[in-house]
Amino acid sequence: MFFYLLNRVMQAAALLVGVSLITFLLLYVMPADPARQIAGRSATPETVATIRQQLGLDQPLYVQYTRYLAGLATFDLGRSYAQKTQVTSILASRLPATLLLMLAAISAEIVIGLCIGLVGAVWRGTSIDNGAMVASFIGVSTPQFVAAMAMLYTFSVTLDWLPVGGYGELQHLVLPALTLGLLGAGWYARMMRSMMIEVLSQDYIRTARAKGASGTRIIFVHALRNAVIPIIAMIGIDIGYFMSGAVVVESVFGWPGIGQLTWQSIQQVDIPAIMGITLLAATAVIIGNLIADIVAPLIDPRVKLYPTR
Amino acid sequence: MRWTSVLSFLVVGALIMFAAGASWIAPFSPEETFFDGLTLEGAPTPPSAKYWFGTDLLGRDLFSRVIWGAQTSLVIGVVANGAAVLIGSVVGITAGYLRGWVGDLLMRFTDLMMCFPALILAIVLAAIFSPSLWIVALVIALVNWVQIARIVFTQTVSLAESGFIEATRCIGATDTYLLLKHILPHLVPTILVYGTLGVSTTVLMEATLSYLGIGVQPPIPSWGNIIFENQSYFTTAPWLVFIPGSCILLVAVAFNLLGDALQEKIDPNSKPRPD
Repeated sequence: MFFYLLNRVMQAAALLVGVSLITFLLLYVMPADPARQIAGRSATPETVATIRQQLGLDQPLYVQYTRYLAGLATFDLGRSYAQKTQVTSILASRLPATLLLMLAAISAEIVIGLCIGLVGAVWRGTSIDNGAMVASFIGVSTPQFVAAMAMLYTFSVTLDWLPVGGYGELQHLVLPALTLGLLGAGWYARMMRSMMIEVLSQDYIRTARAKGASGTRIIFVHALRNAVIPIIAMIGIDIGYFMSGAVVVESVFGWPGIGQLTWQSIQQVDIPAIMGITLLAATAVIIGNLIADIVAPLIDPRVKLYPTR
Repeated sequence: MRWTSVLSFLVVGALIMFAAGASWIAPFSPEETFFDGLTLEGAPTPPSAKYWFGTDLLGRDLFSRVIWGAQTSLVIGVVANGAAVLIGSVVGITAGYLRGWVGDLLMRFTDLMMCFPALILAIVLAAIFSPSLWIVALVIALVNWVQIARIVFTQTVSLAESGFIEATRCIGATDTYLLLKHILPHLVPTILVYGTLGVSTTVLMEATLSYLGIGVQPPIPSWGNIIFENQSYFTTAPWLVFIPGSCILLVAVAFNLLGDALQEKIDPNSKPRPD
């Protein structure tokens, strides 16, 4: 177990270095000149040159990358062009809102998705199953902004049950979390259904049935635990995805998280902020996968600790 | 054949028909603004006998714009997804067949690209290049080849190690012959399935980028940018959002259902993708 952990952490660290290199290269190929951006429109060429020197942009590429890495080690992602403050502190101020939405959305996905998947597997081949699967396809095929606007139109504009947008109280959280939850639930439902069908056809389930265990006991005690392993991997992927992927939902509902920051940064062509978000998103994906890999063997001891590749 | 597949084929057929015949089917030019297309207060008009889907914020016919938008979606679906499938397949086959350090390098790079959420990477790339239809297609292709590369790689590795390939090599077959005659044909079903599912992903991604204002730029109509342009009227003229929105949904569902049906035909025991 220790070596498995060590191996996974080392892999994650190697990926992080790779991710930083790609983000750096992207930053470098940007056509917008950072020095000119910071200096502003009316700056003289001398001012631009001075800023370029201050930022070290006149140094060779590898020197710049070393500096960039050194900055990363001290959580320095540079300064935002638009807000004139450290990108790290902007990201930190947005993090709580995003984490809250992520928690609520993933919980909604799991509850809705697992229920639909379970229903589909138990009533396999019936019209209930077909209906559940078509519904989950519709979920994964709906553009987030259309779903978000449909939610707003129904529950805020027409019925006037919930606020149009904002942040701070529980009622503000309901619509964004439900939008993400309903759409994302489709993936969980499909995975859950196919895993349950596989598990329910195993010999030990037949044995349990033969010794007289009830249907509910078989499903909830014997089958469910063995069907959730890939679900854990999916949660890991989702943790990474929601760190940045809620761009659309956050901007429709005015949720002041990292997604909304992404949208604002695009509008303002705030490159350091966009790059900071990209790096954070990729880091979150790596950490999400790492968590899933660590949790999986704890739930199912049969999970191979050493992949045979 | 399942009823869902029949419906999906109908949707795809309609998409191709509207996209190819846009200039004949659309009653008006998508960029023409009409004097009677706005109310006296300057608001969009609701659906009527003349303007079937109503008019947009500039008094243009929404029905015509939606039909021309089908062309944008189809172009993205074919070009962007086609490029993604091509890049992914080439990377996957090369890495899976050659193995060694070339294969390692390619697959480590693929792993690295998988760390970036596709939408964020697309946003960054779209922000680097100034967006146009072809740039959007390129950006979408650049972020969507990764999954296909992984799947094709896994399959190529197991194929390349199988007995019949070894036997064919023993009787003197060249690498080119093996790849084209024996490995590629076995990969076609997988590529077909992921190519079909990929159309959904690309159409949704184009819509999202265009909705964020960094995708296909107006006045070229795309379902995403129609919603982007008209969202300020969304509470008073919801059809401007929900008609193009339903089009995106229909096309995405259709390709997802078709891909799923294909996959079940090819491999009945397959599991859904974990993403």
